[in-house]
Amino acid sequence: MLDFPTWRKIWLWLIAGLCVFAALPSLLSATSIRWPDALPQPMVNLGLDLAGGSHILLEADAAQVAAQRLENMEENVRKTMRSADPRIRIGDVSTRDGRLSFMLDDPGQVDRARELLLPAMNGTGLVREWDMAVEDGNRMVLTPTQEGTDQAVSDAMESATEVVRKRIDELGTREPTIIRQGDTRIVVQVPGLQDPDQLKALLGQTAKLEFKLVDQNALPSDVQQGLAPPGSEIFPYVDTSDFAGTSLAVRRLGGIRGDNLTGAQQSFDPQTNEPVVNIQFDSDGGRRFAKLTTDNVGKPFAIILDDKVLSAPNINEPIRGGSAQISGSFSVETANQLAISLRSGALPVDLAVIEERTVGPDLGADSIKRGMLALGVGSLLVIALMIVSYGRFGVYATAALGINVAMLLGIMAALNTTLTLPGIAGFVLTIGAAVDANVLINERIREERKRGRRVIAAVENGYHEASRAIYDANITNFIAGVLLFLFGSGPIRGFAVVLIIGLFTSVFTAVTLTRMWVAGWLRKAKPKDIVL
Amino acid sequence: MKLLKLVPDDTNISFLWWRVPFFAISVLLIAVSWALVLTKGLNYGVDFAGGLEVRATFTQSEEAPVVELRDQVEALGYGSPVVQRFGEDNQVSIRVRLPDEVSADKEAAQQAANDIVDTLQAEYDDFRLDGNDNVSGKVSGEFRQTALYALLAAMGAIALYIWIRFEWQFGVGALFALFHDVSLTLGMFALFQLEFSLQIIAAILAIIGYSLNDTIVIYDRIRENLKKYRKMELPALLDLSVNETLARTVMTSLTLLVALLPLLLFGPASLFGMVAAITLGLFVGTYSSVYSAAPILVWLGVTSDSFVPTESVADEQEKKARGLV
Repeated sequence: MLDFPTWRKIWLWLIAGLCVFAALPSLLSATSIRWPDALPQPMVNLGLDLAGGSHILLEADAAQVAAQRLENMEENVRKTMRSADPRIRIGDVSTRDGRLSFMLDDPGQVDRARELLLPAMNGTGLVREWDMAVEDGNRMVLTPTQEGTDQAVSDAMESATEVVRKRIDELGTREPTIIRQGDTRIVVQVPGLQDPDQLKALLGQTAKLEFKLVDQNALPSDVQQGLAPPGSEIFPYVDTSDFAGTSLAVRRLGGIRGDNLTGAQQSFDPQTNEPVVNIQFDSDGGRRFAKLTTDNVGKPFAIILDDKVLSAPNINEPIRGGSAQISGSFSVETANQLAISLRSGALPVDLAVIEERTVGPDLGADSIKRGMLALGVGSLLVIALMIVSYGRFGVYATAALGINVAMLLGIMAALNTTLTLPGIAGFVLTIGAAVDANVLINERIREERKRGRRVIAAVENGYHEASRAIYDANITNFIAGVLLFLFGSGPIRGFAVVLIIGLFTSVFTAVTLTRMWVAGWLRKAKPKDIVL
Repeated sequence: MKLLKLVPDDTNISFLWWRVPFFAISVLLIAVSWALVLTKGLNYGVDFAGGLEVRATFTQSEEAPVVELRDQVEALGYGSPVVQRFGEDNQVSIRVRLPDEVSADKEAAQQAANDIVDTLQAEYDDFRLDGNDNVSGKVSGEFRQTALYALLAAMGAIALYIWIRFEWQFGVGALFALFHDVSLTLGMFALFQLEFSLQIIAAILAIIGYSLNDTIVIYDRIRENLKKYRKMELPALLDLSVNETLARTVMTSLTLLVALLPLLLFGPASLFGMVAAITLGLFVGTYSSVYSAAPILVWLGVTSDSFVPTESVADEQEKKARGLV
């Protein structure tokens, strides 16, 4: 029990030394001493609750993805049937109940239609995306499969995450963390952000830009009541528009979407000096935009952003250059924001902020200061109590405690974990609980001496008998810590991480290291009696 | 040098003699705690209730204008806010539980937060926004659920471990002690209407872990003594075990207490609730280890048989020890 061969001593010192070494960069960062650049730089990250910053949880509307898929399929079916040779006439198209159904005018064309649509049922991936069925002889029903919808949601989330990343990069914030969470969520963490409102406004903007022809046949009275003529749909004007409060009927199909942009900048209208956004289409988008404007000269078309009408100018002449100007009662700020959103691409799905936590940098710095002070005072009190109660053995426990704290910090740095505000409480708790092992051992040694055992035997027995309870207690604490880590979120995880790592370092320092020191002392001094 | 001994060497307190009245008190306290939780309810913070919380410092003022703030925020029409001092006298936390129709509409919930901050920023020159939490009803519902699962899973897993390492009676005893600690902590939070947040769940799990330390140390000694003194009456044996470990129990509780007190007295304000819960749990946990976990073993009829090897196994071990095999 008290036998420590040299190789074992070297091992123990090496482990302790490495962990403490890993803690140095984090400790020195609080002082003016510079850590040499040539050496590894493990650092403990500060959580947002200590460093200041914003944590934003975004959730996508999965139902919207499904609806969009249905709409795309409808367009696809119409196009396929129209361009079939001979043309297949269809009617009574419906997208109710999350499925697409339509009637064939000629039931004899069912097999032909099925053949034409078959490639669209299996998407690009390996999963079957749609089920096709024929009802009553001439009604075709296309139902999206669960796998297909899941795949679509997953794809949408992947590109949404990318768009979010681009937009945050445009803000120039340092080291943002953007992670997908679960099926439909994205966590965004931005340290030290000054203006979270700007970020939220930017992330909340889907930036779905559409150009659609105005339905001039719609009765204004019907439109204001929300009654759309067949083939049209109704959108309200944006709140900042002169027409705010009123709505506009536009043709449902045949418009184009502003997905294929190569650029977008905030600018000013040369005539009115109003803030506007200039956009440039890619070649494909430019061609389609040119066709739309050429075919409809003299007619008004609506510029629709996120289902709200920005403006509905007349097409005075065909626009062939591949660029366009969007006006819509912008301020410089909102025009700039829209330009960023369009540049980084539209979000494939609406994202809503469902949780937001922001901490100012002043409060975080204050928390660290108070936390460290409390930690220092608490440690001193524990040390005093240990030395007064256990003398030499208390000094060993104190040394172990110091190494324990440094090792804990070092391992956290090496694993690149995050120290949060509750994590500071975890440090304090670890300090309070780590000496428990020493208390158990020392009390046991006292007892063994009282029963008349000789010094060496008493110390041996003390360590041996106490370790059972120490291990059991640490394992149960480990169970509680792991569950806390699994179920907890953000700052609470930071608490769990400190507790769990602290269990390992405490056993190592409070049991193993002190035993090594005590053994060395017993061997050298050969005391006849110990003061305990 | 004379060393400090908190518990004199020959201490022999008859803890178990009082087991019936103290156990009755424990059961009564558990019942009262749950009655409080069910009638008064827990004062859920934004984590569990949803809504928004704004924390701010009035940098140039001695004291935050709590009463005025309440009226000003209420005038915005998002329901009546809870305005509390938070840390220093010039720091406040403003908590608003948004009306259902506002919190259901995600944009409106964002708008509400901006509204409150903008209004106060316009009203007070020295208003400094320290932080702001906005939790939707959906997320808070998930937090409530996972918190409950975490507590139940921790209690179940730990009881199972004790059962495997000791005997089923010990598992039941430990589980009862944990239930006692969790109940009393919840009861305190209901009684004083302290804010109940995710941090408090973390605190309760820490309490569970700590209280268990105590229980395990005492149980370990009971197991050892059961093997050693096979003829001793159980209550006397439990008393002996509790007394033998009493010095350690007192010393460990004290070191933890002196480590926690500075954090409680001048630590960060955002940690106050959590540290208060752990400190409270320290007392409750120590008490329950001595007065709930140990006495239960008397009634559940623990015997020394489960830990002592049968005759033949014992013979074999003896031979081995003498080097005969």
